[in-house]
Amino acid sequence: MDPGHFFASSRVLVVAGKGGVGKTVTAATIAAAASRCGLSVLLVEVAGRSAAAPMFGARPQGYEESVLVHEAERNGIRHGEIRGRSITPDDALVEWLSSHGFNRLMKRMAKSGILEVVATATPGIKDLLVLGRIRALESEGVTDLIIVDAPAAGHALGFLRSPAGVRDAARNGTIHRQAVDVLEFIGDPKRLQLMLVTIAEETPINELIETSYAVEDEVGVKLAPVVINGVLPKCDGLDRSVARAKASRDERSDLAQAAAFRASRAALQDEQLDRLGAELPLPQIRMSQIFGTEIGPDEINVLADEFLAGIEAL
Amino acid sequence: MTDYRKLIESHRVIICCGTGGVGKTTTSAATAVAAAQAGKRAVVVTIDPAKRLADALGIAALDNTPRLIDGPWSGSLSAVMLDTKSTFDEVVRRHAHDEAQAERIIGNRFYRNVSGTLSGTQDYMAVEKLNELHDSGHYDLVVVDTPPTRDALAFLEAPKMLSRLLDNPIYRIVTAPGRGPFKVINTAAQQVLRQLARVVGATVVDEAVAFFQAFEGMEEGFRDRANATIELLGDERTAFVLVASPRADTIDEARYFLRRLHCADLNASAVVVNRMLPQLSTTPKRATELAVSLAGSAAGGAAQALADLTATSAGDDLRIAELQNAAPDALTARVPMLHDDVHDIDSLAKIARLLTD
Repeated sequence: MDPGHFFASSRVLVVAGKGGVGKTVTAATIAAAASRCGLSVLLVEVAGRSAAAPMFGARPQGYEESVLVHEAERNGIRHGEIRGRSITPDDALVEWLSSHGFNRLMKRMAKSGILEVVATATPGIKDLLVLGRIRALESEGVTDLIIVDAPAAGHALGFLRSPAGVRDAARNGTIHRQAVDVLEFIGDPKRLQLMLVTIAEETPINELIETSYAVEDEVGVKLAPVVINGVLPKCDGLDRSVARAKASRDERSDLAQAAAFRASRAALQDEQLDRLGAELPLPQIRMSQIFGTEIGPDEINVLADEFLAGIEAL
Repeated sequence: MTDYRKLIESHRVIICCGTGGVGKTTTSAATAVAAAQAGKRAVVVTIDPAKRLADALGIAALDNTPRLIDGPWSGSLSAVMLDTKSTFDEVVRRHAHDEAQAERIIGNRFYRNVSGTLSGTQDYMAVEKLNELHDSGHYDLVVVDTPPTRDALAFLEAPKMLSRLLDNPIYRIVTAPGRGPFKVINTAAQQVLRQLARVVGATVVDEAVAFFQAFEGMEEGFRDRANATIELLGDERTAFVLVASPRADTIDEARYFLRRLHCADLNASAVVVNRMLPQLSTTPKRATELAVSLAGSAAGGAAQALADLTATSAGDDLRIAELQNAAPDALTARVPMLHDDVHDIDSLAKIARLLTD
């Protein structure tokens, strides 16, 4: 598939996965890949702590939008601007309430107390309002593509279920209408798709499969291809003898151990990838494991290459 | 005796905390296994364990009652999978003046929201369960797995959750002026409730009011219980074990958690680093040289594997050192990356050995 075509298929991509699978790296990689296709990108973090900015060599982003990567021309190709911001559930709730008739009387009351009751009375309201805020950004058309670094997978399901939950809990009131609007938004594949991320290990893959089916059955959100992060690059000849390698005895022992370890990890990985392919009929995009260094702009560039190649191979 | 063994010997409660995906549940279960092997009566409270681990522990059913697990130990091992909703119901029943009050609360939809979906409830019920098992006198050691959470401190704040809700101004205005079933709500309060109704709907507000009114008279009990639980969390025989992996993002999270723990006047007694790569003596620099000089030879693949491995593990060592600096008094236990997910008691026993040897 042509990457430009892929990125044009939906205005919002929600990236979600179990803790520790490299969700934020993936979100940053997709942002970089889309930017290379000339698109302007807004990267939204909702988990609270900002983690993506350093991957672009930028300072951590706040609630206000900031530019992570400037628009530029590289090798004759226009790269779109990447901006970042975070939306916290609490801020989204305060913002929404204050724009919906909560006047001074409310403010006189202990604000946090009211918020707590509102949030408890209407479970999912905070998640709903975060989605509502994303929907507003999408409708304003301020950017070509919005990438959302979603809460961890278990939470991601709750996050996407929130509009239906609120719609059913609050049968009247302004929030009901908001829930209906957001439901329409997340159910429209041209506006929003969910991209699930995993690593090639048993438990994360199990969770990915469960989440995929739950999302399709219960939430009605369109699933984009799944991303498999941290895939070991192919390494040939691991089974060959190192006995005659030009190295010291200790080094030869290390070589043999490293080869055995790599071979066993690769075998486990292949087994899990086969299982995922058999149990979940969704296209896969694979990204390699980055060895050693922390993830910065150079690593994101390498991963973006792989991501684009993965799209083209779809 | 090793340090981790000492930790198990000298505590009544061990709380395993850390981010998701680092093997927290497995570490909790293995810690309880190690205690049972040391002759203790141990119980582990798990939260949403992976299916194979739950099967291994024989707690596939979510029934909130500790199950005894047979195994090669001189003590005893029990495990329970936390059922948030029914634990909350039990708590309400314990504090209610009579059955009618308990049923009034349990049947209320606002309460069902609180007990089922409110963030922090899982943490709250985990500490309730911990307190209950500790008080029961049936166990020498209670090990608790903590829920994966967006907020590192949710667990420490959890005992206050309900009493904080009951300190809410809404609670005061709906219960304050009149007493008894037909309370008169003052005018200012009515205005607030009307506004709330415009936003979230009248039914929701009515249910919230009914919930608060049903709680009348139970606040004191909940507050006392919360204080007792907070005391237990701060007790010198309660230990916090921080579970991490050497990956950069989980180390950052772990350091953040240590800071938050420190702010609450609590300290981690141990840091367990899971998923350790094999430790080899070849330096990353030398491994890179070998990868170049041996490329194309029979050992070319092995040399590339060695370069990749040492590059990664060197970074791991640096990050673990940072973590140790952030918790200088905590012992560090390293557990190698395992080839398989835990699927039986033998593999748990193996991790217990790795933790304690």
